[in-house]
This record gives sequence, C-alpha cells and structure tokens, in this order.
Amino acid sequence: MKPAPFIRHVPKTLDEALKILAQVAPEDGRVLAGGQSLVPIMAFRLAKPAHLVDINEVENLDKIGNDGKILRIGARVRHGAFHTSVVDNPLGALLTFVARHIAHYPIRMRGTFCGSLAHADPASEWCLTAATLDATMVAKSTRGERAIKAVDYFEGIMSTALAEDELLAEVHLPLLAAEAKFGFNEFSRRAGDFAMSASLVTYTIKNGKIAGAHVGVGGAEPSPRRIAEAEAALNGQAPGDEAFRAAAEAAASVIEPLEDHQTTGEYRRDLVRAVVRRALENSQQ
Amino acid sequence: MTDKTNITLTINGHDHAIAVEPRRTLVDAIREDCGQTGTHIGCEHGICGACTVIVDGEPVRSCLMFAVQAAHKQIRTVEGLASGDTLHPMQQAFMDHHGLQCGFCTPGFLMLAVGVLERNPDISDDDLLDVLSSNLCRCTGYQGIIKAVRAAAIEMRK
Repeated sequence: MKPAPFIRHVPKTLDEALKILAQVAPEDGRVLAGGQSLVPIMAFRLAKPAHLVDINEVENLDKIGNDGKILRIGARVRHGAFHTSVVDNPLGALLTFVARHIAHYPIRMRGTFCGSLAHADPASEWCLTAATLDATMVAKSTRGERAIKAVDYFEGIMSTALAEDELLAEVHLPLLAAEAKFGFNEFSRRAGDFAMSASLVTYTIKNGKIAGAHVGVGGAEPSPRRIAEAEAALNGQAPGDEAFRAAAEAAASVIEPLEDHQTTGEYRRDLVRAVVRRALENSQQ
Repeated sequence: MTDKTNITLTINGHDHAIAVEPRRTLVDAIREDCGQTGTHIGCEHGICGACTVIVDGEPVRSCLMFAVQAAHKQIRTVEGLASGDTLHPMQQAFMDHHGLQCGFCTPGFLMLAVGVLERNPDISDDDLLDVLSSNLCRCTGYQGIIKAVRAAAIEMRK
C-alpha cells in the first residue's frame, strides 16, 4: 500500500512543465494534478510511474474564464471550485449540481476537473458533462497546441486522444441558453462511490416543445456519450412523462452496457433507463 | 531514485524539519517522521477518511497527498484542536453525544467536521449529512456522530 519510488519534478511555469513532460513521458512520466485517482492507483501499484510532473505549483493553472460564450476551465481547477456557481448562466448551476456527486468533500478539495477528464474513468461525472455539452479539450505540448472535440477525445476505459507528452491545459464548455433546463441523475451503491450509470440532459423549450436536447449517458459504456436516439425522441415533443419515458427507452435500447462481476449488461441497461428518465424528471424542477 | 528531500512540515504551528522520499505520503510523514500519531491510517487509498487533516484550511485525505507537496503549508491535526485542558467544541460534542466508540475513525471525523464548519459555518443539515458520508465509522452507526456535529455546529457559530 505504499507507492513505488518515483522522481518528482516541480515546474513553476507551463512552458517548464511541458518541457519536462516531453522529456520524461517516454520514460513513463505522468502528470500529477489533484492525485485523487492517480495516488490510490499508485498505492495499489497498479501504476508505477518513474517520473511525476507535479503541476500543483505551476502558476495560472487554476483559472476559470468566460467570454460570454465559452467557459474555460484551467488544468488545476479543483472540483470544489464548483461548489458555488462559477458563471451567471444555467451552466454554473449545472456544474454545482453535478459537482456534489463527485466522490466526497475532502476529495473535491484536491481532485481537478481536467485531471478527471485526463483519467477518463467511464463513471466520471465530469467526463459525462464534457461529452453531453460537447466540450473542447485543449492539449498542449512542446509540439504545440491542439483542440480536441469531446466526440474524438474519449477512446475507451481510461483512454483518451491525449498523447503521452500532452498536458490537458484547458477544457472549454459552451455556455447554455439563458432559459436552458438541465437535469442530472446517477446511481451508485454508496454515497460517493463510482456511478454504475449516470445521465445528464439539457434542452430548451420553444413554443411548448423540447428543442436542442442533449442526452448524455455515462458509467454504462466504456466512454460517456450523447445518445442521438434519445435526443430525437425528445425534440419537438412536449416535456412530460410520455416524452421522457420514450427517451429513456431509446437510450436503454441502444446502449452497449459494460459488464462486470457485480453487474450484468441487462441490469445496467435497466439503470440507464432509470437514470435518463430521472434526469429528465428533475430537469423540470 | 529514492533520494530524500529535506522539507519542513508545519503541524499545528510547530515546524518539523524532516527528510523524506517523494513517495512518502503526508500521513506517513506526520506519523512516522514527525511523531504525531493522533492522525490514523486506515485504507491508504482515499476511501475511509481516517487520515483526514486540514491543509491550508481545507480538509483533505493525507494518504492521497505526498509529504513534499505539503511543505510550507499549514497542517492541522487532531493534536491541535484542544487548547490546554479545554476540548474543542467538536471534541466535547463527540463525548456528549456518543460520537465514538473505539475511536479509530474519530480524528478523521473531527478534522473533517471542523474543517468544513470553519469554511462554511452556516452549512445546511442536509449538506452536513452529505459531508459526513465522506468518512467511515464501523462502530457508531453514524447517528451519534451526526448529532455531535450538528450540536458542535451550533456551538461553533456562537
């Protein structure tokens, strides 16, 4: 239960961090941000990185910005930053609502938004948020900077499009329409435990009908994603039990559920049906 | 690779000059290198909360931080709660409301509750319940702990 030895690097600037990362990445170097996933994995010795590039002392990585269209979340913004709304937009309330489902309070004091995206656990609430809201991930390395759309970013369980020498420097989330509604629901066996299925939904109402629906499902497949079939079942319909059940059924029928020794595929499919319906129901409150 | 780094940990206002490997967790350094054994080690992977301490005002799992990351930060542990013979209101409330039996989880619960209430004195009962779900206790069934923390919250607001 003790991590294996490693060499720690403590850059003070982003440029310095990227240089060190470029140098040590080929020798099993990893980025250490909040450490709330990486350190337990190291304690179990499932990961034994030779180098850690600790970005906790890099200046200006803990910034949240917003230009009226996009919310920019820096590499070291911790989950706890979202305990209160970070932007005067429904997105602020959405992030606050989702944040309180992430692990536990002391974990949220250390763990980071971008770290969660880089780790890409299938059950991650922030990964679901990024997928549902069509986030853009900004990856930086000594080779330059590139923007990766959520749909191209997630590549499977704990696997992303980030190259080993790239730092996830920022995540960009589009602000929601001022009148947008959102709902979130997750199922886990214990408070703070990994979600076995979770759903985030957003939409607006135009002339009494649902428009621009986003329905995301996480924790059920290797990566979170928007479910086009569920969105089609909502758009143009009046919000209410009938449309919500149809969307939940659509999501459950197209999901390709993960299975493990505790959870059969069919059970997870049932959970998806439940969390999508509940997310839609609580979007009305 | 296992070179030790000289650091200073400031625990409850006292400086401890120690030499640790980068992989040394904060909780191991607090206990083994600084001799402050009030903080307990449970699961060592962030689940149980027994090792919760307050670092720069924030309750954190000290098994999920490396000691080198806490150099020059203000660390508070259970040893720093009482002033002389007078218990902290949280400690007194745990005694008054049967918030402990074996005591193993108690330092973690105390630092969690004190840390959160100092940051957010007017936290709602519901939110407080959510906070207390952070740590594990296998004796009390939690009801005594919840009563104690709610009572201490009122006391601490005075």
